[in-house]
Amino acid sequence: MPDISAWFNDLLSGNLIFTPTTLGYYWTGLVTTSQLVFLSLVIGLVMAVPLAIMRSSRRKWISLPVYVYTYVFRGTPLLIQLYIIYYGVVFFDGIQESFFWPIFREAFYPALIAFTLNTAAYTTEIFRGAIKATSKGEIEAARAYGMSQGLMMRRIIIPSAFRRALPAYGNEVIFMLHASAIASVVTLMDLTGAARYVYSRFYTPFEPFLFVALIYLCLTFAILFFFRFLEKKLLAHLKPQTP
Amino acid sequence: MLDLQGYGPRLIEGAGVTVQLAVLSLLLAVALGLLTATAKMSRNWFLHRTATLYTTLIRGVPDLVLMMLLFYGGQIGVNAISDILYYDFEIDLYINFNAFAAGVLTIGFIFGAYMGETFRGAFMAVDNGQIEAGKAYGMSSGLVFRRIRFPQMMRHALPGLSNNWMVLLKTTALVSVIGLTDMVRVAAEASRATHEPFVFLIPVAVAYLLIASVSEWIFARLQKRYDIGFGEH
Repeated sequence: MPDISAWFNDLLSGNLIFTPTTLGYYWTGLVTTSQLVFLSLVIGLVMAVPLAIMRSSRRKWISLPVYVYTYVFRGTPLLIQLYIIYYGVVFFDGIQESFFWPIFREAFYPALIAFTLNTAAYTTEIFRGAIKATSKGEIEAARAYGMSQGLMMRRIIIPSAFRRALPAYGNEVIFMLHASAIASVVTLMDLTGAARYVYSRFYTPFEPFLFVALIYLCLTFAILFFFRFLEKKLLAHLKPQTP
Repeated sequence: MLDLQGYGPRLIEGAGVTVQLAVLSLLLAVALGLLTATAKMSRNWFLHRTATLYTTLIRGVPDLVLMMLLFYGGQIGVNAISDILYYDFEIDLYINFNAFAAGVLTIGFIFGAYMGETFRGAFMAVDNGQIEAGKAYGMSSGLVFRRIRFPQMMRHALPGLSNNWMVLLKTTALVSVIGLTDMVRVAAEASRATHEPFVFLIPVAVAYLLIASVSEWIFARLQKRYDIGFGEH
């Protein structure tokens, strides 16, 4: 270890902006951004599956509320949603006395809630499109086997819709990573927040913002390659057959 | 009724800023998108690579980071240029790099990359025979573009264009962060001052939905216009 840290200090010596301290900020920022994006995507995905099934229901009273939810969350800027939740959380009666308050006082949870609700809305619509595109033959085959509605959903429609939704969902993940930059607006120290902090300390915009832009770019490419890999694995049966 | 506590006029002004910003950025984005699409389809190696680099880089970095880079970096860049002008040529010129210009430039620049992809797909969808027919009539390539490629391309580009516009409209909210007083900034300021966030933020959210609905209607009419001669309608 002393070798590496000596090498590291050597590398950074004479550099005013990339000091171990500021690199520490970027690291904290990277951790916060990853946590926010990962957690909101996972919770959003879990929410989106039942919502998409409800949204595809033929009964109006089931599908309409979900439609209103996705319409509002997809039609307004995420920043507004974040502000409403961040500033509005204190207005829930008794929340300041409850034991949740230390959690909600931090900006992390309002941001997480806003991001989760937002990505769940987009993912619901992606899945709905995929469910709608299920070929008639698959459904007829399932019916012919005597599957119940629930079993057909579980064994036929959902798995095949998942695969069809994959490319669009990959875009949504990248979109969420980029959208998470606004967490810095509510005082969160995410990647962008770290860049803003370093900028305000040193008044040099180029180094911090270009540096985090590079990190975001790497993350984007990593997500892109991950989804390409998944598509190759899961969509192999859809590829044109070569003799 | 809704009590805006005197913030009403400022909110409406802010809404004006939002709409102006969105429309101007859209124009810039469409122009850049057309250029990018043309460059991507050209056989020139350099143009092709530059356009690909532009679309890849822009789509890999968050809008807010690009906006801050341009806004905070832009002022320093402009100052450096005016310094050179002053010391080397004795021209005294101070340019204030304002937030509105930075907003339009960044949003236009970002969505130019997305528009480029949309237009490229749409241009490819125009039947080659049409272009050949135009050339056979002795039309110059400019005239072929104006009379044949552009109108037919728009039919294919409109769905993507309308999608990009909806995303662009929501992206304009970010300019409030770099200090431009659009409706989001007014609403956020008012919420902090009065401790009544819902009174200000929910009407602004509704305003976004309204603008989106109006533009959906406009796009539907445009689509009808560009679909003329393709049946169904």
